[in-house]
Amino acid sequence: MSFEWPWQYHFPPFFTLQPNVDTRQKQLAAWCSLVLSYCRHHKLYTLDVMEAQESPVFNNKKMERKLSVEAIQVVFEELRKKGNLEWLDKNKTRCLVMWRQPEEWGKLMYQWVSKNGMVNSVFTLYELSNGDDTHGEEFHGLEEWMLLRSLQALQTDGKAEIITMDDGKGVKFF
Amino acid sequence: MDRFSWSNGLLEIDETLVVQQRGVRLYDGDDKECCLSIPLSQIIFFEEQAAGIGKSAKIVIHLHPSSPSKEPGPFQNSKYSYIKLSFKEHGQIEFYRRLTEEMTQKRWETTPVSQPLSSGTGTQAGKTRAVGIVGIERKIEEKRKETDKNISEAFEDLSKLMVKAKEMVELSRSIATKIKDKQGDITEDETIRFKSYLLSMGIANPVTRETHGSGTRYHMQLAKQLGDMLQAPLEERGGMMALTEVYCLVNRARGMELLSPEDLLNACKMLESMRLPLRLRVFDSGVMVVQLQSHSEEEMIASALDNVSDLNTNYSSSLSILLSSLSFLNYFPRLLLAEKVGHLCRDDSVEGLRFYPNRF
Repeated sequence: MSFEWPWQYHFPPFFTLQPNVDTRQKQLAAWCSLVLSYCRHHKLYTLDVMEAQESPVFNNKKMERKLSVEAIQVVFEELRKKGNLEWLDKNKTRCLVMWRQPEEWGKLMYQWVSKNGMVNSVFTLYELSNGDDTHGEEFHGLEEWMLLRSLQALQTDGKAEIITMDDGKGVKFF
Repeated sequence: MDRFSWSNGLLEIDETLVVQQRGVRLYDGDDKECCLSIPLSQIIFFEEQAAGIGKSAKIVIHLHPSSPSKEPGPFQNSKYSYIKLSFKEHGQIEFYRRLTEEMTQKRWETTPVSQPLSSGTGTQAGKTRAVGIVGIERKIEEKRKETDKNISEAFEDLSKLMVKAKEMVELSRSIATKIKDKQGDITEDETIRFKSYLLSMGIANPVTRETHGSGTRYHMQLAKQLGDMLQAPLEERGGMMALTEVYCLVNRARGMELLSPEDLLNACKMLESMRLPLRLRVFDSGVMVVQLQSHSEEEMIASALDNVSDLNTNYSSSLSILLSSLSFLNYFPRLLLAEKVGHLCRDDSVEGLRFYPNRF
């Protein structure tokens, strides 16, 4: 299924950071949702700012418009404020994109576990994210950093416990 | 100077405070010297003496001879029959005006006399004939009264304006000092008040000490003239003209007795307060235009929006010059204004700056 671009993507002013405050707010909101849905569609969990400039998200080649680096930073900052983005380095060159919150991931995994009657069993992290059993689940292919955070969220809820094993980490669901 | 009597600085029963001015130096005749009071009824005649280099502006007050029943004062005898008030800290224009008003009204004649004045000082409402210098002075004063009536009517509006401006200046001063002293934030109230004053007055500069924000009669007349003269050209140009255009037009029409840019600016600033159908507008970019009152912002925005949506897709600034008969200088601020209100949004790319209807 190909990605559907929102109407703003074909509107040239979308690629210029608007000076009018109200207009800018709406523009940024549209950008945030575009970035998140694009990442969700393509299962992207990290973004590199330099690469992002050339990515179709910020660069509409057909219309010959692209978002400037400053504007991209503004959009990322907006995402960070909303809790959907985390910088991996101080120079703000790479970031984690959370188009779904860790708590939600945790819930999804727990649902799968209980649906399949596998409560009280132990899994390795690898099994969860890349195992054959989880093939077809949304959290399949989840990157380890996100997986860990989601499991930590479950742990806080008391629904799971992260165990350290010889060759890595695992988790037990309650 | 023997007309003075000592007073305690407080007001008597029938006295009211008209105006107070600090930093006024008293001259006995031309002698320099140093809370003295003198009844206004003693004044025959007064005039302004303009400031010179090294000299401050003065008001010269000619007085009647002192009455024998006058209370004791600093001098018993003096060879001069006039005093000078030297205004070290400005304010002479205001003082002069108030003094003129008081002299025309002659309120001390209508209220019961509580000060010792002999009837022989001749302060009746000036129809009595007198001979000699006093008579001539009296006639001059009568002439002044007539012209002053016109002025005082016009000045009423201006004094209200001045009061408002004073409040605003004080407020801005207090804010400035607060910021300087960093004594916490400006309260919400004051910020709102400040903003509302600025909006209603459109004042960029605070009231100057010398003029007290009152335009002179010249500027008022000029403003009236501008109001009449600019109606037609403004209609032709769609209700708005840059101040530079106005300057050229006006001076070309006048031929002789050209206006200085400053005079024009001051006259334009008074347009709104005089309730003429024109007004001066300053945009954020600093551009100043004279605008027909009827040409409200909404109309401008609506027309800008119409023009933009007429072309259905986009509308570049350069294209607009061709299509509209208005100059670029007039049109670009309109686009910006429409953008500010949120009707338009901009598209800035290597192709140039364009404006679109705001679909966000």
